[in-house]
Amino acid sequence: MNKIVEKEFFSENVAKIVIESPDIAIIRKAGHFVIIRIDEKGERIPLTIADGDKEKGTITVVVQKVGVTSAKLLAMNEGEEILDIVGPLGHATHIEKKGTVLCAGGGVGVAPLMPIVKALKKAGNKVITVLAGRTKELIILEDEMRNYSDELIVMTDDGSYGKKGLVTAGMEEVIQREKVNMAVLIGPAIMMKFGSLTTKKYNIPTVVSLNTIMVDGTGMCGACRVSVGGKTKFVCVDGPEFDAFQVDWSQMMMRMGAYKMQEHEAYEKYLRTVETVA
Amino acid sequence: MENIAEYIKEGRSDSWRIELRKSMKTKERTSYERVKMPEQDPHIRNKNSIEVNSGISEEMAIAESHRCLDCPAPTCTIGCPVGINIPEFIKKIEIRDFLGAATVIKETNALPAVCGRVCPQEKQCELSCFYTQKLHKPPIAIGNLERFSADYERNSGKMSIPNVAESNGIKVAVVGSGPSGLAAAGDLAKLGYDVTVFEALHEIGGVLKYGIPEFRLPNDIVDIEIESMRKMGVKFHTNFIVGKTASFDDLKEQGFKAFFVGSGAGLPRFMNIPGENFNGIFSSNEYLTRINLMKAAYDDYDTPVLFGKNVAVIGGGNTAMDSVRTAKRLGAERSMIIYRRSIEEMPARVEEVHHAQDEEIEFMNLHNPVEYFADENGRVNRMRIRKMRLGEPDASGRRRPIPIEGSEFDIAVDLVVVAVGVSPNPIVPSSLKDLKMTNWGTIVVDKDTMQSSIPNIFAGGDIVRGGATVILAMGDGRVAAAGMHKYLQEKVKAN
Ligand SMILES: Cc1cc2nc3c(=O)[nH]c(=O)nc-3n(C[C@H](O)[C@H](O)[C@H](O)COP(=O)(O)OP(=O)(O)OC[C@H]3O[C@@H](n4cnc5c(N)ncnc54)[C@H](O)[C@@H]3O)c2cc1C
Ligand code: FES
Repeated sequence: MNKIVEKEFFSENVAKIVIESPDIAIIRKAGHFVIIRIDEKGERIPLTIADGDKEKGTITVVVQKVGVTSAKLLAMNEGEEILDIVGPLGHATHIEKKGTVLCAGGGVGVAPLMPIVKALKKAGNKVITVLAGRTKELIILEDEMRNYSDELIVMTDDGSYGKKGLVTAGMEEVIQREKVNMAVLIGPAIMMKFGSLTTKKYNIPTVVSLNTIMVDGTGMCGACRVSVGGKTKFVCVDGPEFDAFQVDWSQMMMRMGAYKMQEHEAYEKYLRTVETVA
Repeated sequence: MENIAEYIKEGRSDSWRIELRKSMKTKERTSYERVKMPEQDPHIRNKNSIEVNSGISEEMAIAESHRCLDCPAPTCTIGCPVGINIPEFIKKIEIRDFLGAATVIKETNALPAVCGRVCPQEKQCELSCFYTQKLHKPPIAIGNLERFSADYERNSGKMSIPNVAESNGIKVAVVGSGPSGLAAAGDLAKLGYDVTVFEALHEIGGVLKYGIPEFRLPNDIVDIEIESMRKMGVKFHTNFIVGKTASFDDLKEQGFKAFFVGSGAGLPRFMNIPGENFNGIFSSNEYLTRINLMKAAYDDYDTPVLFGKNVAVIGGGNTAMDSVRTAKRLGAERSMIIYRRSIEEMPARVEEVHHAQDEEIEFMNLHNPVEYFADENGRVNRMRIRKMRLGEPDASGRRRPIPIEGSEFDIAVDLVVVAVGVSPNPIVPSSLKDLKMTNWGTIVVDKDTMQSSIPNIFAGGDIVRGGATVILAMGDGRVAAAGMHKYLQEKVKAN
């Protein structure tokens, strides 16, 4: 169960992992996520499903090394099994024909964006995608995204690839050029915040997918809560997608940092143990 | 209930019971003091996670059983939500037939070791005991004796696996593995059904595992019950959310003929006051899940949790007591209950309140939070509370708390646990459009069969009652199993 059938590194710290999970593969849709626990002592972390294959019974996630669990996951080999996977969780993306849709993905946020781009395109939209990353090697899934989009713009902060500039510059270029009916932004909270400030200027309805801290993923604990439109929402069951203009971004970012110190200490400790073993 | 009363009466005229009654004068029986449950020293136990109560010895159990008068019309049994034959099992203890006592309890209670530990006996059997009602003396320690019998059986290595009827090949599904689901699964297996329990989490047991802490209900005890169900042929499927991983229709296609939904009241309530989303403010479900299910307090487990020096827990139920005592055990200097009514109105088990008091938990009764404040990183560092007074009784029969205007003051806190109640888990209801629900989000069922508005779906426990108790959940599971059996047998006959 839950066997890793394929692992492919996009860069030193980012990899695509294909996992055997037939139940979820059949039923999952764009926007869904899973919660995994690697081993007996592991924590439960949410990962958005980037792709799936019903026939093979697999799902694909893209993982960036940010702490102990992601580091452990990236260190797992093909053939090894993940102890627990549950899902699909959250509401699937509401896909409909809107006209022109601007999709922007930052960092590993591009992975969860991929099925949405695919579905939007299939629903008859004109999809313009902006991929952004700090530097060339952090741009992922470019070929796939180019395939599913009508147009693809790549932005890097340092100009090492594509155009030089932030994601917002790429978005602005499109918006000024043509009528955009809707925007979808997925990436780090800061990127979604500034991305939605841009679309707000032009009154473009904007959807974001929030990646808060979670435990159960079934609405049982409230770890994932964040204020949206002045009301507390549970991202795992009410989301993960929300109207970007309603999200309380400063609260969201504050809550994402709840365990910063613990995470840092745990990661240092993990690195030390890995070094000793090596 | 009538046939239960008959049955309970019948046993009383067995010759051994008659003999036993004669063997000691009533006066002598009533002259003994109630047994005192041995417990760990409060100042030691508030630093560890070992069970508080260590259980009574054989001699203590027998001494306590002498007190029981074997009443002609035993009122204690009426107080028990599942109608345990209380006099019969206590008298079995008196004749040293401890395994027999356990067997009697297990006729109606699927989880005696659990219920002996967590039932609110003071509001049930022990409240309606002759001693309480008529003699105005401390009641027979029925809960302690129940626990004793179950523990004795478990430790004897002679735990009986209930007889299972020959398989009838009919597949049934149980949604949720809390006490209601486990009880339903057990009974359905006994009746010969092919039972699969689906559980959303990675562990079996529901609140018994993720909620109630080790110092009150060790996980081993729950695991042993689950093991014996496995031996009865019950299959468990963890990490499976019915309504998400597969729909009811998908499961029907896979051959499941009927469903029991015991999905619990897993949606935590908050108070919606300013600052409630600051870091360091948890729902009790999150706090207890991190610690009990994810073992976050252990260094070698990856799940983090925040520790607090000054911890405030909001609420007066079992969940609040469990949280506040957990925080103390994890090193809090001040661990406080903030409750808007007085101690008399607290819904928690009386024993837990006493234990908490002994463990140096501070009680700020008649206080209610109004706002939280945080440091520059968003971590809560202060809360504003307001004094309350009690007015007229409300719908629940408890006196209504009324804020005293202008009485606000601030206290320093660095961890807050909100334990003000839960709402029914909406996942199952939202996946079944035709399911009839109440305005409170609970599933509407027929009380006698626990059948919902969809004929092949039955439900019980907290998803039907809102936040209730282990024993009521379990009782529902058993009634539902009987209801499902009747429904399925009629269907089989019709075909
Ligand atoms: C901290 C705490 C302390 C308590 N202390 C006491 C006490 O001392 N005495 C007492 O009598 N009662 C106590 N209670 C209350 C008691 O635990 C509950 O009333 C009881 O557990 C309810 O049982 P249940 O079977 O209805 O649901 P639960 O125990 O809540 O179990 C429901 C299970 O269903 C699972 N589930 C939900 N939806 C799905 C789905 N769609 N698919 C698959 N699985 C699903 C959940 O993950 C969960 O495991 C306490 C509760 C808490 C939280
Ligand atoms: S992760 Fe627990 S409620 Fe959302």
